[in-house]
Amino acid sequence: MTQSFRLESGGLINRDKKISFKFNGKNYYGYEGDTLASALIANGVHLIGRSFKYHRPRGFFGAGVDEPYAIVQLYRNGETEPNIKATEQELFEGLEAKSVNCWPSVNFDVGAINNFLKIFLPAGFYYKTFMWPKSFWYKIYEPFIRRAAGLGTASIKHDKERYEHKYEYCDVLITGSGPSGLASAYSAAKNGAKVILAEDKSRFGGTLLTSEVNIGNQSGKEWADSIISELKEMPNVTLKNRSQVFGYYDHNMLVMSERISDHLPKTKKYHPKQRLWYIRAKEVLISSGSIERPIVFGNNDTPGVMLSSAAKEYMKVYGVLVGKKPLIFTNNDSGYETAIEFKKNGVDPIILDTRKEPQSEIIEEAKNMNINIKNSYVVVAAQGYKKVKSADIAKISDDKEELGSVENIKCDCICVSGFWTPTIHLASQSGNKTKFNEEIDAFVPDISKQNEKTLGAANGIYTLEETLKDSFEKGNLLSKKITNNENKVSFPNVVEKKSTVHDKFWCVPLPKGKNYKRFLDFQNDVAVSDIEIALKEGYRSIEHVKRYTTLGMATDQGKTSNLNGLQLVSKIENKVVPAVGHTTFRPPYSPVSIGAIVGREVGKHSKPTRKSPMHSWHEKNNAVFVDAGVWLRPRYYKRGDENLFEASKREAKNVRTNVGVCDVTTLGKIDIKGPDAAEFLNRVYTNAWLKLPVGKARYGVMLREDGIVMDDGTTTRISENHYHMTTTTAQAANVLSHLEYYLQLVWPELNVNVVSTTEQWAGAAIAGPKSREVLKKLFPNTDVTNEGLPFMGYMEGDLFGVKAKIFRISFSGELAYEVNVESDYGYFMWEKIIEVGEEFGIQPYGTEALSTLRIEMGHVAGSELDGRTIPYDNSLEGLLSKKKDFIGKRSLSRKAFAAEDRQKIVGVVPLDKKTSIPEGSHLVKDSNAPLPNPKLGYISASCWSVEHDNPFSLAILKDGKNMIGEKLFVMSPLKNKVIPVEIVSSHYVDPKGERVRS
Amino acid sequence: MLHIKCPHCGMRSQIEFSYGGDATVKRPELGKEISDQDWDNFVYNRKSLRGKHWELWQHLSGCRQWIKVQRDTATHEIFKTLKANEEIS
Repeated sequence: MTQSFRLESGGLINRDKKISFKFNGKNYYGYEGDTLASALIANGVHLIGRSFKYHRPRGFFGAGVDEPYAIVQLYRNGETEPNIKATEQELFEGLEAKSVNCWPSVNFDVGAINNFLKIFLPAGFYYKTFMWPKSFWYKIYEPFIRRAAGLGTASIKHDKERYEHKYEYCDVLITGSGPSGLASAYSAAKNGAKVILAEDKSRFGGTLLTSEVNIGNQSGKEWADSIISELKEMPNVTLKNRSQVFGYYDHNMLVMSERISDHLPKTKKYHPKQRLWYIRAKEVLISSGSIERPIVFGNNDTPGVMLSSAAKEYMKVYGVLVGKKPLIFTNNDSGYETAIEFKKNGVDPIILDTRKEPQSEIIEEAKNMNINIKNSYVVVAAQGYKKVKSADIAKISDDKEELGSVENIKCDCICVSGFWTPTIHLASQSGNKTKFNEEIDAFVPDISKQNEKTLGAANGIYTLEETLKDSFEKGNLLSKKITNNENKVSFPNVVEKKSTVHDKFWCVPLPKGKNYKRFLDFQNDVAVSDIEIALKEGYRSIEHVKRYTTLGMATDQGKTSNLNGLQLVSKIENKVVPAVGHTTFRPPYSPVSIGAIVGREVGKHSKPTRKSPMHSWHEKNNAVFVDAGVWLRPRYYKRGDENLFEASKREAKNVRTNVGVCDVTTLGKIDIKGPDAAEFLNRVYTNAWLKLPVGKARYGVMLREDGIVMDDGTTTRISENHYHMTTTTAQAANVLSHLEYYLQLVWPELNVNVVSTTEQWAGAAIAGPKSREVLKKLFPNTDVTNEGLPFMGYMEGDLFGVKAKIFRISFSGELAYEVNVESDYGYFMWEKIIEVGEEFGIQPYGTEALSTLRIEMGHVAGSELDGRTIPYDNSLEGLLSKKKDFIGKRSLSRKAFAAEDRQKIVGVVPLDKKTSIPEGSHLVKDSNAPLPNPKLGYISASCWSVEHDNPFSLAILKDGKNMIGEKLFVMSPLKNKVIPVEIVSSHYVDPKGERVRS
Repeated sequence: MLHIKCPHCGMRSQIEFSYGGDATVKRPELGKEISDQDWDNFVYNRKSLRGKHWELWQHLSGCRQWIKVQRDTATHEIFKTLKANEEIS
């Protein structure tokens, strides 16, 4: 294909570098500096996709972020990305793109039949039609709607690209590098402020790149280039192109997405694809410019109808003609600038101006160039299906209500200008209330809510001189306030052509007997008639009209449609636009890729992974790991082709008969020091702590103020005013915050300090009847006999030269010890334990065996202390001191907590002694009772008892105290299981607790 | 994201803090008789105020101090922050 619509010269593209690309399987080429849109238009391609509802042909409407139509499925370096705006995607070698929302092809689309059925697809169609019967929704309606109405297709592959997040602080953030952005950045930078200037497009300069102006004896573009090159040299300025500030959040936090690699065939090594910036700015200058408004007329969605400013940008930036027989339809002077540009490039345009006798410098220039101008003329309808072929035009009466006789003129594009809408999204997001400016028929920012000021066109200022003056001044004032430094910039001489007032005209009436669709929202196919229906059906609030008709709800968020929608509603309602109000502007201003939002926090990196100092030993010895909070813990150590069940049974059994060792480094550890430490523990724990002797450990339970068990663990008195607290792995962080809360806020008079020492100590639990033999070998010079180190005793020892803490505590219910050494010696300790334990048959055991051992002992853990149980429920009522008050005690006297038939922990054994009971199952009296079958309790934890060699579970059961010996049923609808069971004591092994004291 | 002035560390982003509820609630004294209603008010009953509100935050990923923050619950404006031992005035 040749680029038959490319101008011989001109534009900012690099004509020396040809770039080939593919669209819908066909090969084309463009130049470096093109967007996909400009390159396609250069090749005469205007049919890009199909519309959302009626599948009408879609082309290009804009040249940037405001584009409602031209979204494509993009293929780059073996990856695919949906819903990319062709007007924003820069061309790169090998780019491939396809149309979305058409089947089987963009030229022949089956869904286009909707276009002929459109009378049946009015506003609220989906709400009205797909409501009943209910069963049809999942099977028939939803899949149909998804296939028919979907946009692009998200890749189901893992995204190999990298996305980064960056936090930045600055004095002044400026959003947009048009005249107002450049001027304000320049004066702020000159005052020494730390400035970030963000530009959405690849080129800095905004409208200066396309307007015929003169600043300080330079063209607009030359002036922009000189300012940019000066800013680039300043160390206090960060210039970012391809960067969209899309959200304005609380406390002057703005978020910007920077597209670093999207314009390259492949992301460079060590580069991210995109970067999300969180910017905390002292001051924000919003210089986001304005977006041209369409005028609404019949078939105004036909490919070839586009914004007049876009047509000008395609010529001036890309050297591309959008058509060779252009019709310009305008209600203001902007259309004339486009016409003049066409004429300069040797193309004869026709201007239809809705105004009767407008006069201005620009109009004068157009007349002098012999451009054909028809005043009081409108486009009634575009003709042509896949591309504009002609236009029905007519004279319009002075009151704009009556059309004259309709005539048809040939044209291949219609460039439309309905004046300009300030881009107020960021100001509105910051909390600015906005006001309606009658002069420009649009909303502008009103009183600033946060530290934000809006400049230039975004503030409704449409002359260059005024914009530059205001922007230089604001940039200077705001930065001066921050830096206390003023370095005034001299104001350049500005030459621009004066324009005259626009015509408040935005919608062409229908000619008699014609029923053309006149679209407001081009992406969601919302037409004038849809709004009329919504209002007829009683919708009044603009927010409701929006949701009912989907006006402005497409991926372009109504950048070109909102204001015309408001005009229509206010006209029908006989109200003024400000009384109708506008819908809320919410971030993001323009779509942001999910990858950029997620950043590096993907998969394993979504949270930190904590490993114990013994981790590499576990790895070497075939440990299979499990996530325990953020920790990785060995679940079991695989021998041969054992499975989880076999391995954990072996490990648990070895603890019961010989000795095992378990890595318990993950337990939370808190160091508590201070003269009031004992008193503090006495308030935090439910049992008595004042008389615990030095060198002794005690088991404790702590409650929340509402009486629910928060955590349990042992705390040891190391010395007079020094305690070592352990918490469960899961609650470690919460317990520390809890302690800090009471010390800092509730009882600041207590002289106590707490600090987490979880990572300072490596811990190993040595458990089993032969554990003392192992300990003797580990600490040959220490008296570890039952008398020397009794149950709940503590002592320090010398482990082959390493200082160790020895606690005689037990979670497994066997004779057991926990040895702690400083983390750096953890691996050494572990190897020594394995080495000296070998002769006693020591085996490491993982969390699965650990669970088995505690379950059959009836020791409670996280699955029972689940934030719903009080001490009584866990048979911990013996630990409640009657003599003293403690956190949560008062709540325990509440009626429900003291009920006679209060739930309590019990043991559950299947009658057949074979069937394993799924955790989470319910206990019921009668398995055949009609639904809802009253639930008596639930299974909290299950294991295979190695002591009894049959399944055993713990359950929290209503009136558990009186249920021992009862026969009930366990029901698991999830696993489709009904198991007859017997209720037994939760202490299934060693109920008297003799082993731990042996 | 809020920007909170920790009285110990200075201005920090919200991600460093965790929220701790109403700062005006006082825990009843230990060992003191208290009616069910008063206890329930302490444990459960909170007003969901619109407007200025004193609340607790903990500078979890910073100095770990609990602080008092006066914030407008509707606009997120922060008026004042205090150390744990400073009285709300």
